[in-house]
Amino acid sequence: MNTSSKIKLSNILTGNELAKRIIPCLDVKDGRTVKGVNFVALRDAGDPVELAYQYSGQGADELVFLDITATHERRKTMVELVRSVARQINIPFTIGGGINEIADADILLNSGADKISVNSAVVKNPGFIDELALAFGKQFVVVAIDTKHINGKNYVHLNGGRIATDIETEHWIKEAEDRGAGEILLTSMDHDGTKAGFDNGLLRKINDTISIPLIASGGAGTVQHFVDLFKMTNVDAALAASVFHYGEILIPDLKNILDQNNIEVRL
Amino acid sequence: MIGIVYYGAGNIFSLTAALDRLGLSYGMIKTAADFEKYDRYIIPGVGHAGSAMQKLKDSGLVLSIVKLKKPVLGICVGMQLLTKHSEEGDSLLTDIIPLKTKLFSEILKVKVPHTGWNKVIQNNGTALFSKIPLGSHFYFVHSYFIEFNSNFTIALAEYGIKFSAVIQKDNFYGVQFHPEKSGLAGEQLLKNFAHLA
Repeated sequence: MNTSSKIKLSNILTGNELAKRIIPCLDVKDGRTVKGVNFVALRDAGDPVELAYQYSGQGADELVFLDITATHERRKTMVELVRSVARQINIPFTIGGGINEIADADILLNSGADKISVNSAVVKNPGFIDELALAFGKQFVVVAIDTKHINGKNYVHLNGGRIATDIETEHWIKEAEDRGAGEILLTSMDHDGTKAGFDNGLLRKINDTISIPLIASGGAGTVQHFVDLFKMTNVDAALAASVFHYGEILIPDLKNILDQNNIEVRL
Repeated sequence: MIGIVYYGAGNIFSLTAALDRLGLSYGMIKTAADFEKYDRYIIPGVGHAGSAMQKLKDSGLVLSIVKLKKPVLGICVGMQLLTKHSEEGDSLLTDIIPLKTKLFSEILKVKVPHTGWNKVIQNNGTALFSKIPLGSHFYFVHSYFIEFNSNFTIALAEYGIKFSAVIQKDNFYGVQFHPEKSGLAGEQLLKNFAHLA
C-alpha cells in the first residue's frame, strides 16, 4: 500500500446511490415453479433451482421464492429447495409463504436463505414481527403486504389478496416498521396482473413515511414502467414475475435502459 | 486451506456453499489447537456485534485470533469484531484494528439497514481486489458501519457517509459486505483471499 493511493482514497466521494434492485419472484408449489416460464436455455422450466441460476446469471439482484404449497410436506420440500438454491447461486434470496413460527424461519435461514418474508401470519399475530426481529435481526425480516384501494382508502388484504381486512395499509406499514420489519414488500392488488405500470402514487406516499427499504410490486408490463417507478418514487427495488418468466423483459436490457436513464443499477 | 472460526454467530451455509462452488477447501476451527491446521482464516458473523463478541469469548478462541500471523478475513459482523468498539450494545471488541463501529444515525437521512448493492472503491494495487474492477457492486446488509480511516480503510463505500467497506491491518482483513452473496465480484474476492501470500 503506498501513501499516494491512500491520500487518493481519502479524497474520494463516490456520490453514489445504492443500486436499485431488480427482483424476479418465483411461485413454488411442491418444490416446482408454478407459472409458465419460457427461457430458451432452460432444460426444465419447472425447476426453481435452474431458474434461479439463470436469473442470477442474467443480473438479477435478488430473488424471492413464494411457497404456495398447502401440504404438510411443505417444510421439508422448502428446506431442500433453499439448500439447493444457496449452493447454486451467488446473490441473496428471500423465502416467503407458510412461515408461522420461529422454527419455520430458523430452519430456512440456517439452510441458506438470506431473508424470510411474512404476510398474513403477522397481520393475524403482529407480535410475530417482534419475535422474528429479536431472534434473527431485523435485516432478515421482510413484511409483505397486499393492498387494495377501496372508497378512497388503502386496505390490507390477506391470502394473496382474496380476503379483505379493515386495516389501513399506511397504518399497518408504520406498525410493521416499528415492530422490527427490515424491509417492506408492497403489492398493489389494483395494479397486479394489469401490466399497466406500478402504483407510483401510493408507493411514493408510503416510501416518504418509512425509513426502511421498500420493494415495489404489482403492475410491471414494460421496461418504461420500471423507469417511471424509479423516476417518480424513491423505492429501493422492483419485483415482478410474469414479465421476466415469459421473457417479455430481459433483465440485461432492463438494466441497460435504467442505466441510460441515470438510474443507479448493478451492471 | 481455509479455517472457518466456528463460534455460533449466525449460519455459515452460504459461505461454505460459495467456497464449495469455487473449489476452495476449508474446515472448521472449534478449539485453539485447530488453528495450526490451516494457512488462513475466515471469521464469519451475523446479528448483534455484542452477542457475537460474547460468543467468541465463550469459544475461548479470542487470544489465539489476536496472535494470528497468517491472513484473516472477517466478514460483516466478523469484520466488526476486529475493531475496538461497537455502538451496538456499547460493546468492547477485540481491538485488533483500532477503529470504531457506529450506527447509521438518523441525521444521515438514509434507510437502515443499509440493504443492497453498493459501489466499492478500493486502493490501487490491493491484492484482495486483484481482477476486480474499480467501483464494482457488492451486497451489503448492515445497520452499523466502521468509520473511514485512511490508515486502515483499503476500500470505501458511501451511504450518507463515507465508511470502510474493507479494512486491513497487517494480516487482518475485514469486509463489511457479503462476498458469498456478491455475484462474480464477491467470488473473485474469496478466490483472491485464498491466494493471498
